[in-house]
Amino acid sequence: MYKRLVKWFDSDLGHSFKSSPVAMGAALLAFVCVFCAVFAPWVAPHNPFDLATLELGNARLPPAWQAGGNPSFFLGTDDQGRDILSALMYGTRISLAVGLASVILSVLVGVALGLLAGFVGGWLDAFLMRLCDVMLSFPAILVALLIAGVGRALFPNAHDSLAFGVLILSISLTGWVQYARTVRGSTMVERSKEYVQAARVTGVSSARIMRRHVLPNVLGPVLVLATIQVATAIISEATLSFLGVGAPPTSPSLGTLIRVGNDYLFSGEWWITIFPGVMLVVIALSVNLLGDWLRDALNPRLR
Amino acid sequence: MKLINSCALSIIATASVAMLSVASAQTVRIGNQGDALSMDPHSLNESLQLSVTGNVYEPLVGRDSKLQLTPALATGWKQTSPTVWRFELRKGVKFHDGTAFTADDVLFSFARAAGDGSDMKSYTNDIKEVRKQGDHVVEIETKSPFPILPDVISLVYIMSKQWAEANQATRPVDRRKGVENVASFKANGTGPYRLRERQPNVKTTFQRNGNYWGKIEGNVAEIEYTPIGNDATRVAALMSGQVDVIEPVPLQDVARINGSGKAKVMQGPELRTIFLGMDQKRDELVYSNVKGKNPFKDKRVRQAFYQAIDINSIQRVVMRGASTPTALMVAPGITGFDAAMNTRLPYDVEAAKKLLADAGYANGFEVGMNCPNDRYVNDSRICEAVAANLARVGVKVNLQAETKGTYFPKILRRDTSFYLLGWTPGTYDSHNALNALMRCVDDKGGGQFNLGSYCNPKVDELTNKIQSETDKAKRDGMIKEAFKIHADDVGHLPLHQQALAWGVASNVSLVQLADNFMPFRYMSVK
Repeated sequence: MYKRLVKWFDSDLGHSFKSSPVAMGAALLAFVCVFCAVFAPWVAPHNPFDLATLELGNARLPPAWQAGGNPSFFLGTDDQGRDILSALMYGTRISLAVGLASVILSVLVGVALGLLAGFVGGWLDAFLMRLCDVMLSFPAILVALLIAGVGRALFPNAHDSLAFGVLILSISLTGWVQYARTVRGSTMVERSKEYVQAARVTGVSSARIMRRHVLPNVLGPVLVLATIQVATAIISEATLSFLGVGAPPTSPSLGTLIRVGNDYLFSGEWWITIFPGVMLVVIALSVNLLGDWLRDALNPRLR
Repeated sequence: MKLINSCALSIIATASVAMLSVASAQTVRIGNQGDALSMDPHSLNESLQLSVTGNVYEPLVGRDSKLQLTPALATGWKQTSPTVWRFELRKGVKFHDGTAFTADDVLFSFARAAGDGSDMKSYTNDIKEVRKQGDHVVEIETKSPFPILPDVISLVYIMSKQWAEANQATRPVDRRKGVENVASFKANGTGPYRLRERQPNVKTTFQRNGNYWGKIEGNVAEIEYTPIGNDATRVAALMSGQVDVIEPVPLQDVARINGSGKAKVMQGPELRTIFLGMDQKRDELVYSNVKGKNPFKDKRVRQAFYQAIDINSIQRVVMRGASTPTALMVAPGITGFDAAMNTRLPYDVEAAKKLLADAGYANGFEVGMNCPNDRYVNDSRICEAVAANLARVGVKVNLQAETKGTYFPKILRRDTSFYLLGWTPGTYDSHNALNALMRCVDDKGGGQFNLGSYCNPKVDELTNKIQSETDKAKRDGMIKEAFKIHADDVGHLPLHQQALAWGVASNVSLVQLADNFMPFRYMSVK
């Protein structure tokens, strides 16, 4: 593991990383966010999802440095007495999990369909790409709202975990289009190259050519796109939760926290909404900066 | 010369500005969370709509600023036999279009309110016949002795027969179903204000009725009514002087408005009682991990829930003091309310745990809870707090908070195990609450909103007796007994009466009624 890390640092990519302070800063921020999120149960001072520990008497306390603040609630508490700092960590956990899961799902769907469309061509290609056109002509959040709405109507009294499933599905079903487009384009370029023809001549099956030969060569752009899409997915999740069709109120994600706090923004209780908002910006920004750097580093023309 | 000219001009300009401000000083602009869905007084039995149309239309028997019965279009009424009431109608009253008000209009309006498309049938159900006994006398015969008839018809507004016929509006239509007619947009009543312009969901303008038969206490010449749905926008409109009155004020903004010096918040108890209900009918709850039996059938479980709820913290924190915890299903001000009975079971986590253990749920259980998030003051936050309280005794609540548009159809289908509801008895009488919320469900509309199907035959028997009992002391005694049985059964979990909160600009004075009606006639501008 350590050796591989050293090897990575010596590679082109590693060099580009070392020479880019922005990338290092972004990686550090992202690392802190991910660390807090993954280890929330151990790092967070309170468990905001354990309803039994909530005390209404602690509701709407200001941050510790303000008059009336309580040192055990560093960033203050929300309207139910949840510690904002802990809620941020747990909320980030949900946001990241939903973001990653939906990106992985949309990469799987998008890459598979894009490969198929680009490699097979013909009516299948035409059909899949028109489908993409239709999807792209709707605002993504509208489609996500529709899917979330239909999902909720189908399972009106679903358990919390199903609510997350619907959420992930609704985000990934709008996200796959971009991967499909990108992969299809690259595949069409690769398809006519000699190594593919060579493989075909030797009698390798189409499925195997796609998987073993074409796929590794089209994954570069997908990697960049996926990184940036993680930020988009996190923001989509926050938007859906803000609109009230996302995470359930008893286990709030960042979007839910912002929505709850929004009601109090003008009333002087700014911390309930500002901190989750800042957190969302920090995550999205660091992931985007990392994606930007990755795009530049993987682009041979910019080297 | 030029200088003098411009001086003169500026004087004229100043004078006209002054005049303008005098004129606008008598206009009150109201920003409300929602709009009255229609101007038709019989099309929807909902507080907001009846409050708005109640400025244009009047009932036979009205309510004064203390909600006591007062003569409106009837000058007097008396019971001539156990089932017959005689109403003397006011003479010399004219509708806004100039036609005279007579007994024919009363007959027409009661038939309209009882007929197809009307949402006011619950107020006319017990009436057998309305008879004309001369131009200004009517008799109302009820199906059975009905001592509270004047209370029950205080929201049945009188329309002009001639006008309705001329406008093909002899039947109310339901705007919720997308049907509208002339009476949805125009109005012709006898009330202190006349409808001048109606733009649904945008603006509705009312003008003082100069020919009103009575005295209008306030001095407002014109009312502009604008719906402003967003809480923050509504508060901002009040603070910037775009509107003079807002309803409701979000609780978190009360201190800010009071501290601004531009406006104040009028708070008062509302007649609506907020409570939780539990499915006590099904043999197995629809949304629970307990299979094969229904824990809510066990009184100990219901009482454990009751005692696990920390109502004082909810009152202090979630409601910011703007609520009155209650043990009864009706509020002070409702006939039959008894302060002596209004003592809640104590908040006691240990007792609740013990009750659950005795009932066989020492490790608690899971139950789904349904809650609206835009109907009552801080409704979903109340549910969250209740969920947190119940978590402490081991009950895991899967909370589903949603908008009223999807919430009410669901719980009215009884597709719920545990729900939150608010109820204001439309007749200001306990019988309404008993009949709608606490009696066993039957197919004749009894227990229509008893969504958990609580059922105790003794309560049913008393409810029937209360309906026709004419002796007040005896009747109050029976109401008390029915409430006692219901409380001993822990049929529902009463929470509190929420407080009304109206934001009023400093130069406006008005009267706040406990039923959340906002009569324009009491409004004055300084």
